[in-house]
Amino acid sequence: MTAPLVDIRAVSHRFGQQTVLKNVSLQIEPGSYTILLGPSGSGKTTLLSILGGFVSPSQGMVFIRGEDCTSVPPAKRPTTTVFQDYALFPHMSVGANVGFGLRMQGVDAATRAAKAREALALVGLASAFDKKPHQLSGGQRQRVALARALVIEPAVLLLDEPLGALDLKLRRQMQDELKAIQKRVGTAFIHVTHDQEEAMALADHCVVMNDGRIEDEGPPERVYARPATRFSATFMGESTILQGNVTEAKNGTISVATPAGAIMLPGTLQPGAKVALAIRPEHLVLGAAGGVALGRAEVSDVVFQGSFKRVLAISAKDPALHFIAKAPASATVQTGDTVAVSCNADDIILLTD
Amino acid sequence: MRALVRIASWLYALVVYGIIFLPVIVLVLFSLQATSFPIPPFTGPSLRWYDAVLSDTRLTSALVNSLLVAVLSSLAAVTLGFLSAWGFARFTLPGSALLRGLITLPLTVSYLIIGMGLLVLFNWAGVPKSLLAAGIGHVVINLPLCFAIIYSQMGDHQINIERAARDLGAPEWKVLLLITVPVMAPAIFAGFFLSMTFSWDEFVISFLLTRFDTTLPVEIWNLLRSGLNPKTNAIGSLVFAVSIVLVVLFELTLLRRKPA
Repeated sequence: MTAPLVDIRAVSHRFGQQTVLKNVSLQIEPGSYTILLGPSGSGKTTLLSILGGFVSPSQGMVFIRGEDCTSVPPAKRPTTTVFQDYALFPHMSVGANVGFGLRMQGVDAATRAAKAREALALVGLASAFDKKPHQLSGGQRQRVALARALVIEPAVLLLDEPLGALDLKLRRQMQDELKAIQKRVGTAFIHVTHDQEEAMALADHCVVMNDGRIEDEGPPERVYARPATRFSATFMGESTILQGNVTEAKNGTISVATPAGAIMLPGTLQPGAKVALAIRPEHLVLGAAGGVALGRAEVSDVVFQGSFKRVLAISAKDPALHFIAKAPASATVQTGDTVAVSCNADDIILLTD
Repeated sequence: MRALVRIASWLYALVVYGIIFLPVIVLVLFSLQATSFPIPPFTGPSLRWYDAVLSDTRLTSALVNSLLVAVLSSLAAVTLGFLSAWGFARFTLPGSALLRGLITLPLTVSYLIIGMGLLVLFNWAGVPKSLLAAGIGHVVINLPLCFAIIYSQMGDHQINIERAARDLGAPEWKVLLLITVPVMAPAIFAGFFLSMTFSWDEFVISFLLTRFDTTLPVEIWNLLRSGLNPKTNAIGSLVFAVSIVLVVLFELTLLRRKPA
């Protein structure tokens, strides 16, 4: 087994009285695209700052390429950062910006210019070499920041909400380009975002963070389909959540009492255990076709989303229970309708936290 | 009625600007006097008094002294002001607000008090009265000014720019020299030119702290003791012209912002 490229061991961090990271351990594989996903205040940006060397953790250690980098300053570690505000040097040309890292390494001007042009070509901005940053659009500045960070061939590229300042259309476009560039250069990218769509689109490895802890990590498909915790079930995509208690357990099947009635599903929990059942919107069936009946519900809202309709419904059994379903765009369901709700037992995600 | 108000406001403006600029206009006008007394009637224009000023070695050497003191003391003030502004802006220091207050305090103290304080101090320390002593005095009065100008322009948005430079391998002194100084250049130049203006015009401290070699304002004062003379007008006009140039440079660097 090869050593991980980045090994974060039991890192905790406090800002004054506030603990922002609580015993976080994480390993990053070479060539992977890792997304740190979480709401603001989840500690994801602090973790990135610790990786970049801008913050020294209160506890724990950080190894990069097997070397202890815990208190190595940013200038001396094999990481570079793409800042959220791009942080381009406003008084330098784009070419000088991109060549800055090489200049600090003592590379001569001709080689520097050649490499800077190459890096700019990689991000599709070959023509901007002589321009000043203020002459570029937001998306272009973003690419310059990326080229500037990549040109010195870091072991790990850190991206702090790199697409946060762009409008939606540009964001989706840059997202595709980021992925393509990462595949081309093969450098490990660690990217912080609070946008779960961005996370699912980009990540090889998705790390869901909340309140200073890692809630869940793995391939985004797995994190989406089988979230480990209730938080990741609600943060990474939407879910209908059914609170319940295990009432019976035998032969690998448990029975859970929920506001929508008793539900049987595979599991090995003890009776009395508190659980939450999550159902993804695309798995919730409007009608009685699913194997598990969830009672009737009154449709409270139908939002047309283009390729589908997002349907919100309130359970007739318990008004506190809200269903979220994804119906085909052609569905005729309307606000005020009363519909049966069901799902398949296989699609229910059992959460035990 | 409305016309009357308009005329009144024009008259008011005329009086205000007249009071401000009339002395200067009179000064400049009679520096061009052809005869020996700077009083009406105007007999010029003539450049004879400018010629007299420029061939007076005491005045020209005082002018060179003044320029030297202004440039060097402003360089020192702006360097120290920049470094202290950077320190206060980038590091959390104990009692930061109090220390910032202390560093800007000389702005509120009269030049006379500062001059006297320095005179006593230099006397005690055995520093002779000289241009150097006056230059140090000018650093004392201009450092707070440079600090205030540069500190006010040192925003948080530059922090990430400096971080990016560090991240790309720049040691601290290169971050300062290659990133912070160029980014702050407008504020730094503004501080420099304003310091130059104040040092160029400064009389009290120079008067107290110099003896044989002295600055232009002190030399002009010596000249005035022997009575009015178009020569004093000519040298005054020259001083004024240099001040105008410095103020314009200051305004151009600080007030005309570059497009973001």
